[in-house]
Amino acid sequence: MSTPHIPCLRFGVPYRSLNHSEVKDYRDGSVKATLSQVNAGVIRRDLKTINQARESLQKFSTKELMDISFKAGELFLQGDLPIGEDGSIQSAHDYVETLSSTSGLPHVMVRKNMDKIHYALTHLELILNGLTRGIDFSVLDQGYGKHGGSPVCFFPTTHALGLVMPSNSPAVNSLWLPSIALKIPIVMKPGRDEPWTPYRLIQAFIAAGAPKEAFGFYPTDHEGAGDILKHCGRALIFGDKATTDQYAGDPGVQVHGPGFSKILIGDDEIENWEKYLDVMVSSISDNGGRSCVNASAVIVPKYGKEIADALGQRLGPLKPLPVNDPQAVLSGFANPKMGEWIDQTLVSDFSEKGAIDMTAPYRDGDRLVKAEGGTYLRPTIAYCESMDHVLANREFLCPYASVVEVNQDQMLSAIGPTLVVTAITKDADFKRQLLGASNIERLNIGPISTMKISWDQPHEGNMFEFLYKRRSIGMAA
Amino acid sequence: MAIENKILQAAKDLDTHVAEIIKWHFSDETGSPFWLNWAKDQSWDPLKEIKTFEDICNKFPNFQDEWLRDLPNKVWVPQAYKDRPFNIFETGGTTGMPKQRIGWDDFRIDYTAFSETLNDEHFPKDHYWMMVGPTGPRRLRLAIEHLANQRGCSCYFVDLDPRWVKRLIANKQFDQARAYMDHVVDQALTILKNREVSALFTTPKLLEALAERKDLVRAGIKGVFCGGTTMDKQYARFLVEEVCEGGKIGFVPTYGNTLMGLARHHPISRENDYSIAYYAPQPRAVLRVINTENNQPVAYDTWGRVELSTLTKEFFMPRFLERDEALRRRPWTEAPWDGVAEVRPFGAMQKNIVEGVY
Repeated sequence: MSTPHIPCLRFGVPYRSLNHSEVKDYRDGSVKATLSQVNAGVIRRDLKTINQARESLQKFSTKELMDISFKAGELFLQGDLPIGEDGSIQSAHDYVETLSSTSGLPHVMVRKNMDKIHYALTHLELILNGLTRGIDFSVLDQGYGKHGGSPVCFFPTTHALGLVMPSNSPAVNSLWLPSIALKIPIVMKPGRDEPWTPYRLIQAFIAAGAPKEAFGFYPTDHEGAGDILKHCGRALIFGDKATTDQYAGDPGVQVHGPGFSKILIGDDEIENWEKYLDVMVSSISDNGGRSCVNASAVIVPKYGKEIADALGQRLGPLKPLPVNDPQAVLSGFANPKMGEWIDQTLVSDFSEKGAIDMTAPYRDGDRLVKAEGGTYLRPTIAYCESMDHVLANREFLCPYASVVEVNQDQMLSAIGPTLVVTAITKDADFKRQLLGASNIERLNIGPISTMKISWDQPHEGNMFEFLYKRRSIGMAA
Repeated sequence: MAIENKILQAAKDLDTHVAEIIKWHFSDETGSPFWLNWAKDQSWDPLKEIKTFEDICNKFPNFQDEWLRDLPNKVWVPQAYKDRPFNIFETGGTTGMPKQRIGWDDFRIDYTAFSETLNDEHFPKDHYWMMVGPTGPRRLRLAIEHLANQRGCSCYFVDLDPRWVKRLIANKQFDQARAYMDHVVDQALTILKNREVSALFTTPKLLEALAERKDLVRAGIKGVFCGGTTMDKQYARFLVEEVCEGGKIGFVPTYGNTLMGLARHHPISRENDYSIAYYAPQPRAVLRVINTENNQPVAYDTWGRVELSTLTKEFFMPRFLERDEALRRRPWTEAPWDGVAEVRPFGAMQKNIVEGVY
């Protein structure tokens, strides 16, 4: 097959730009696809007539769109779907291989990400029920109705959901999927190195019967990304802290940055810490340690060094494996410079007094390795003497976590804003404090991996409440 | 005449022009103090050794534009013009003293010639123009008004100060830059609302901003004359196909500056992938695309640094290295000499260049 060209999609219609970028194999730099890059003016121009996209979805009922989503989920997981503009077809196997070759994710992880997306698309009823708190979907179709005996009326907050997507983890696409059933079209800038997943999802939706007009796919530059965030009434952005800080406080932009997710062990369970090693290991290293829901710190009242050593023993020996090895845990870097930068940062930060690299004794070599044709970072566990150390509350694009001893009564103030907390405790007082903590976005009580997604509950904000608002309504009899 | 013959004839005309210009600038009776003094310091005599444009390329070093900033304007006055006050035009100057070129009639000569390249359908005679862009001390402001007048038109002006915009962007005051752009666009829309205008001169970004707020076809705009910042192929296509609605508004991209005058463009369309090639108003100005390491033109359709030589009786500027790079293009029948295409700031692929919102 020749190198596919992935076009921009303007209301679902392919548009081949005269500017192209290349999506390259993370190992040898060979070009796997070229991608149409459009100027920001194209996006601004399309947004002026975005109503047509919303109208195309309004012709369907929520139930019909959920059925389409279900079918799209099956097609995404198993189907042959168009890729590029020359009639080429991508099988599910092609998708796994290609995404793996450009992202560095082993096949097993790509498949896990596919499964998550498939689950989200095929369980939209469950998800929308959770997001809407059980509203009858006819209320959304009609705009008003009754819920719990009271009149309710919802109106959309926007004509389109803007999306500025990352390249690091395909499953983040699951966040926007409910938007189609909620009748809000998408206007997306895909991640520069990961056009595969959103393009395949869009093709799956269209093949399943969704109106093509509902999909805007605009590979673009910073100006274009800024315009998507500015001109779509509601938008999601994924990025590092510097990027997301720019939009913090903007009610129209839902920011998805680093999660700084953590595992906390209470005084009552710390003597049993060895029982919880598996959950710590999976929270730190699943999905190659690339997700915002990966734990990046383990906070304990004591035995910090022992726990760090045990994690070092488990994670330190992990090595890159061939991408098709089902046991592969580590991901290669699509941009090797990123791996090098992280390694240099860790070396520099460990040189500051008060932190020990607990994986080093078990690693038999450097953290940064060239293997399997690519660049990898092997896991790192940092024992930090206090939360003040620069490594205590950090997040990197690899399996990384600190282990820090903090008294239980100071844990909640010490952890700062945290996306997911898994708190291992049965102490009623501590549980009450955890339930009342405003700096925790998602709370697991008990030995539940930070990676576990609860689909019937909101993740980083409620998409329904983001896209719709309730208003009071009166109707003359 | 076959293109090959036209190319030969143009080269011959250029050499004849070069001989005349060298004689003018390096003769005591007509030359300027700067060049007469410069020649005294050389071990060779331009009057004797420069007969062709190739001689200029081989013998003259690159013109230093700092001279235009550091030396008094009067050193550039040719003897023949010493009794006439001159216009002072500025270029650059985001901070500090700007570079200045003096002139008398060049802008009229250049833009009168350029007028011949415009068609009456998109730039109708006896109507009204509007320029939305850098005016102030720039040659462009007088040149555009002259061009409009040349076609029987009068011209409205809305100013934009690029030095201020560059400063805002350098200081990362993007909101201020956007507000300033809105202020400029507001003024232009006010004119369009209250006056009849059929032709616009503006920058690509301002054109786009105007079109986002007003249907330019319905507003009566028939032609747009556009330049000032980089237009890559995709951007040019977007401006032609969407902003100018696929030919309803004639789109004339231009490349020019205070030191050169105005280069015309080869028609662009899907057939040539909207790659804009510009051709200098030879023999009054010559553009080369060169490898600066060996001072030789690069191969056709490859990238090199843009070098400008201005060869008029008012101003002699040999081998000035522009801050741009471009693809070298082949001669075409309307301009049988080399063109420069897809012009962009030098090093644009290596670093982000501040071009601003204008």
